[in-house]
Amino acid sequence: MATIQEIVSRETPLAPGHRMCAGCGISPIVNTVVAASDKPVIIANATSCLEVTTTIYPFSAWKIPWVHLTFENAAAVASGIETAYKSLKKRGKITDDVNILAFGGDGGTYDIGFQALSGALERGHKFMYVVYDNEGYMNTGNQRSGATPFGASTTTVPAGTHSFGKPQWRKNIVEIAAAHRIPFTAQAAVHNLLDLYNKAKKGFGADGPAFMAVLQPCTTNWHYDSELTIAYSRLASETNFWPLYEVENGKVHINYKPKERKPIEEFLKGQRRFKHLFKPENKHVIEEMQKMIDEEWERLLQLEAAQVRF
Amino acid sequence: MADKKGWKDLMRGGDLPAATSVQYKTGSWRSLRPVFDPSNCIHCMICVSYCPDMAIPTKKTDEGVTGKAGRVYKGIVRLETDFDYCKGCGICATECPTKCITMIREEETVESSSR
Amino acid sequence: MSVTKPLTGAQATAEAMRQINPDVVVAYPITPQTPVVEFFSEFVANGIVDTETIPVESEHSAMSATVGAAAAGARAMCATSSQGLALMWEVVAATPGLRLPIVMPVVNRALSAPINIHCDHSDSMGAATIGWMQIFSENAQEAYENMFLALKIAEHPDVLLPAMVLQDGFITSHGVENVKVLGDGIVKAFVGDRNPDRYLLDVKHPYTIGPLALPDYYFEIKRQQEEAMINAKRVYLEVGNELSRLTGNKYPYFEEYRTDGAEAVIVVLSSAAGTAKDVVDELRNEGKKVGLIKPILFRPFPYKEMREALVKFAVVGVLDRSMSFGSYDPLYADIRNSLFESERKPKLQSYVFGLGGRDIFKSEIRQVFNELLSGNLDSEHHKYIGLRG
Ligand SMILES: Cc1ncc(C[n+]2csc(CCOP(=O)(O)OP(=O)(O)O)c2C)c(N)n1
Ligand code: SF4
Ligand code: SF4
Ligand code: SF4
Ligand SMILES: [Mg+2]
Repeated sequence: MATIQEIVSRETPLAPGHRMCAGCGISPIVNTVVAASDKPVIIANATSCLEVTTTIYPFSAWKIPWVHLTFENAAAVASGIETAYKSLKKRGKITDDVNILAFGGDGGTYDIGFQALSGALERGHKFMYVVYDNEGYMNTGNQRSGATPFGASTTTVPAGTHSFGKPQWRKNIVEIAAAHRIPFTAQAAVHNLLDLYNKAKKGFGADGPAFMAVLQPCTTNWHYDSELTIAYSRLASETNFWPLYEVENGKVHINYKPKERKPIEEFLKGQRRFKHLFKPENKHVIEEMQKMIDEEWERLLQLEAAQVRF
Repeated sequence: MADKKGWKDLMRGGDLPAATSVQYKTGSWRSLRPVFDPSNCIHCMICVSYCPDMAIPTKKTDEGVTGKAGRVYKGIVRLETDFDYCKGCGICATECPTKCITMIREEETVESSSR
Repeated sequence: MSVTKPLTGAQATAEAMRQINPDVVVAYPITPQTPVVEFFSEFVANGIVDTETIPVESEHSAMSATVGAAAAGARAMCATSSQGLALMWEVVAATPGLRLPIVMPVVNRALSAPINIHCDHSDSMGAATIGWMQIFSENAQEAYENMFLALKIAEHPDVLLPAMVLQDGFITSHGVENVKVLGDGIVKAFVGDRNPDRYLLDVKHPYTIGPLALPDYYFEIKRQQEEAMINAKRVYLEVGNELSRLTGNKYPYFEEYRTDGAEAVIVVLSSAAGTAKDVVDELRNEGKKVGLIKPILFRPFPYKEMREALVKFAVVGVLDRSMSFGSYDPLYADIRNSLFESERKPKLQSYVFGLGGRDIFKSEIRQVFNELLSGNLDSEHHKYIGLRG
């Protein structure tokens, strides 16, 4: 069983001096995922917070081979790298073994990069795709994405006199990925780095594509104090808003079951994007949210119990 | 602009050498400073693993260092915060299980070593 | 050391790709490019090449995966037409900035709307200003040889830019010609292996590709890119000389056909140049002083050389197979631009023909020559060939 000591004793792929906001959880996610690889890692990165904050010319925070091309194609770029790897290996032009990793934000994954992701998963490239999910288009200033939760206020769907924020439920990207019948998909969160590390290890070891969605609370655009990033991530799991689970060879396994799930208000409060929900007229939104979370959790428990393959 | 390289001297295609960001000292962003009390530390590595700015250095030691309750901690241990890069987010202080990190306002530090 | 085979233009391109045997080929179908990737995939399926292919889900991913493979260190190619080029445009535009030497055959086809699968040049003309070299082919033979030419220029250390090799949809891509095919060993020796000075899979030497460059650096990086284009013009002739030794053919910036002592010439790209040459022959036999210029290297455009060629003539007609709506048509604009420095300018006339695959007939070209010789020209407005009134 891995330990935190083991994770932190690996050299981090990221160097300090990057320009993420103070208290951003992206770098622990990146460092932990890469630490789980026993081979050198090559990264394809979608346009996103991670990309813009780590490579402001002439300063790159990347110690390892890294490429950014555009917003919606990290999975396609990774396909190309993986195929080049196979070809050059076969032709004796390279000898090193590598793992290929794609990083995208939720916008670059659930939305604009969805097709490239689906194509790459369907073709079965041996790579891992990790979406760090901050639930919106954040480097561009908090616009709605397919990952933005029900009820959240964003700049493109703000709360107002005629709006309680986003009226749709988020996409279930993990189940969508799992439906490609790939060997490993998982949902993780930044507060539980051991869980993330273990999942990343499985992902790298999978015989085919692996996919992980990792919750990354955004201090700037969820708008809470920077020291609370890990605390909000933890609350997301404790309320069952963001269950930690994995789908290994098609079978669901829940990694964390709260003894007593906390009410969703505990996660919502203190975040400016949900502030309007605490007005009396929006009480029904929170109630609806709670109902949906509980139903989804029940469904997940049933999926686990049934052990029917995805 | 004059201190910056001209077009003939830049790497081709906008490529960059690895890890040049260390030249960019984000410590100047800090308004709060984590003050670390080694005498209360259990070297659990929680702060190190969460620090978004890789600003808590570690070392491996066989002799060990003295921490909480006078105990000697061996293996991987944390060192003083690297104030060149620490942005003062406070995550380490919030997540530390022994509360051995306190956030204080930069102005209150005796010798301000923010660089 | 060559054999003659009956091949379509698409087959000739696939044949060149077979001989190049790239590390990675990314395939997505679109008429009339489809047979290029089909023929190539057949080579792979039958073990004739050991290239790794990626049958992607879209052209956007096709170009993205090609860039990923090239950045990783592979010699990587993909091919497209029309809507496919339009869909991948974002990535096509990003590629030259990364200085990756990708060669992409483009089978020219009209752009929607209305949707149309036949030849014109509106697809590639829309991508003429973003930093790809463009080499036009008149026929299957040229489409075949230009692949080798483009690859060697693209990978030249002074260039390192992507290149499109263009041929006319259906007219060239689906028409069978006798093509002189070089021996496999000769091609292999000529193209060698790609030896990038840095690449992602060289994990012991990590570096960063594709950072965010703000107003303090972006401009300098783009200036470098332009230098590569300037170099490409010189390297084109150098590589062309090398290739000549193998094929016996010449690789000038543009072909001058019977222009000696010509009064009127027409300038036209690709397959229509073939038709026009027949008309030139006929008119020459009738004693008319006419000739033809067929541009081959369209990007970078050889302005100086073109000017030196054109000033000898009294009248020049430029035939574009696409329109640049609201401005001078693309080829005409470059021809017109090339003459600015000259004291002596020929009279110019712009023509548009063949949109959406409309045939151009010898009789129409003959009429163009007659019009040019009549001197009744208007350099500010184009005329249409074969358009119903
Ligand atoms: C084709 C295209 N459309 C839009 C943009 C502008 N854009 C860049 S990043 C981004 C949002 C990224 O959101 P996400 O993927 O969630 O990453 P985050 O910024 O939240 O880390 C947008 C809209 C772009 N770069 N390219
Ligand atoms: S905007 Fe949010 S996700 Fe992006 S760097 Fe800042 S805190 Fe991190
Ligand atoms: S979290 Fe606290 S106890 Fe643990 S290593 Fe850090 S400072 Fe020491
Ligand atoms: S305050 Fe934030 S940046 Fe500074 S050491 Fe603690 S966790 Fe790292
Ligand atoms: Mg996001």
